[in-house]
Amino acid sequence: MPELTTSNALRVGGVVVPGEAERPRTGGWRTGVKPEVDLSKCVNCLLCWLYCPDSAVVLDGTTFTGFDLTYCKGCEICAEVCPVEAVTMVPEETAP
Amino acid sequence: MIETGLRLMTGGEAVAEAMRQIDPDVVPVYPITPQTPIIQGFAKFVADGRARAELVNVESEHSAMSAAVGAALAGARTMTATSSQGLALMAEVVYIAAAMRAPIVMALGNRALSGPINIHCDHSDSMLIRDSGVVQLFAENAQEAYDLTVIATRLAEHPDVLLPVLVCQDGFTITHSAEPVTLLDDEAVTEFVGGYSLPHPVLDTARPTTQGPFAMPDYYFELRRSQTEALEAALAVFGELSAEYEELSGRGYGPLEAYRLEGAERAIVALGSSAGTIKDVVDDLRTDDERVGLLKVVSFRPFPAEEVAALLAEVSSVIVLDRADSPGGAAPLHAELAAALYGRGNELTGHVYGLGGRDLHPEDVRRIFAGEAERYVGLRGEPCPV
Repeated sequence: MPELTTSNALRVGGVVVPGEAERPRTGGWRTGVKPEVDLSKCVNCLLCWLYCPDSAVVLDGTTFTGFDLTYCKGCEICAEVCPVEAVTMVPEETAP
Repeated sequence: MIETGLRLMTGGEAVAEAMRQIDPDVVPVYPITPQTPIIQGFAKFVADGRARAELVNVESEHSAMSAAVGAALAGARTMTATSSQGLALMAEVVYIAAAMRAPIVMALGNRALSGPINIHCDHSDSMLIRDSGVVQLFAENAQEAYDLTVIATRLAEHPDVLLPVLVCQDGFTITHSAEPVTLLDDEAVTEFVGGYSLPHPVLDTARPTTQGPFAMPDYYFELRRSQTEALEAALAVFGELSAEYEELSGRGYGPLEAYRLEGAERAIVALGSSAGTIKDVVDDLRTDDERVGLLKVVSFRPFPAEEVAALLAEVSSVIVLDRADSPGGAAPLHAELAAALYGRGNELTGHVYGLGGRDLHPEDVRRIFAGEAERYVGLRGEPCPV
């Protein structure tokens, strides 16, 4: 638990600059399903990266590598937009 | 064109002139009576090339205030104007503007809230956003509306404040009534208001920021408190700026104006244009050796409670006049005085007057000083005295 800032030490208007936010693990709110990818089908079109509302698609340069479940909320948009059905949603409890 | 010297103009025109001289970058605004002359006058200055502002014709006051927040935080000096239902529609965003510390100067033509629908003056619109965290200054006449608008620009943008500032002028009584007004030179206003700067403008792409972040129970309370401290700081800053403005203009202001309180046994406390009527009656009664005075509240928010108590320390009978009611509770100014004077031994009474634009006549003020007025001044069927 990071130390909380006191009232008089906050920036004006609660402004947050890069690196200062506490990065809450919003993946904890996930709907109960999570994306899994079959990399043998992936054509690296990056549509999932473009559409993901939580920036939870991880790239290595311009190459798709997987999903960051710390922030994925299970909205299923990546599975919906994938043109080659490389992404499927699986129930949380079957996660490895 | 010569803009200085004594000129005949309404409060609305005077504030439009102040806006031209301040020359804001962005003015998102929606017309509403009795504010309309302000923005009508300013829009003409823009159309004539005499003001540079981007005038944003929005579809509602909610949009006007939202655009104002965005513009002010982007790094543009921003002003807007409204009245009554317009302020009610803005209210949601007024709270957000204060929380995001957007230094927007807002010209308010005070008007009764509906219903029944009415276009005339009372202070119920101001009181609706009493607790929003914005500064509220009340003008007595057109000259004060002009002067306070110029001062408000510096006050809103002061690094210790950074909050919206409302300059309130009574609808019609000030907005539409012509009286002699002295304007400063354009250059003097330009120099007084100076440049616009924010600690974290949104459009500073070299230093990206998150503005208006979500605040959970672990931070909301601290952020609200820091906002309150900024509003409290506005009291001293207003005093400093007023002193500087007095050197420039010869016209002094402060959070309060004590009028003939020396040796006063009875004093009225009031906001806005009624102070002018009360001053005339005080002068008359003083001629008859009646020991009466007036305490005019210029800064309703922040409320200068300690200074109020000090100025009224020797006044045995304090009479508060509210131009807004708080149904089921104490009227707003009366409640402030009750808190400020608690335990100090002054006798405190209060009246509500002038709702929906009903006039307060000198004879009403005489009856109030004499203790012969109704609780609701001039209300038909109201038993008297209080």
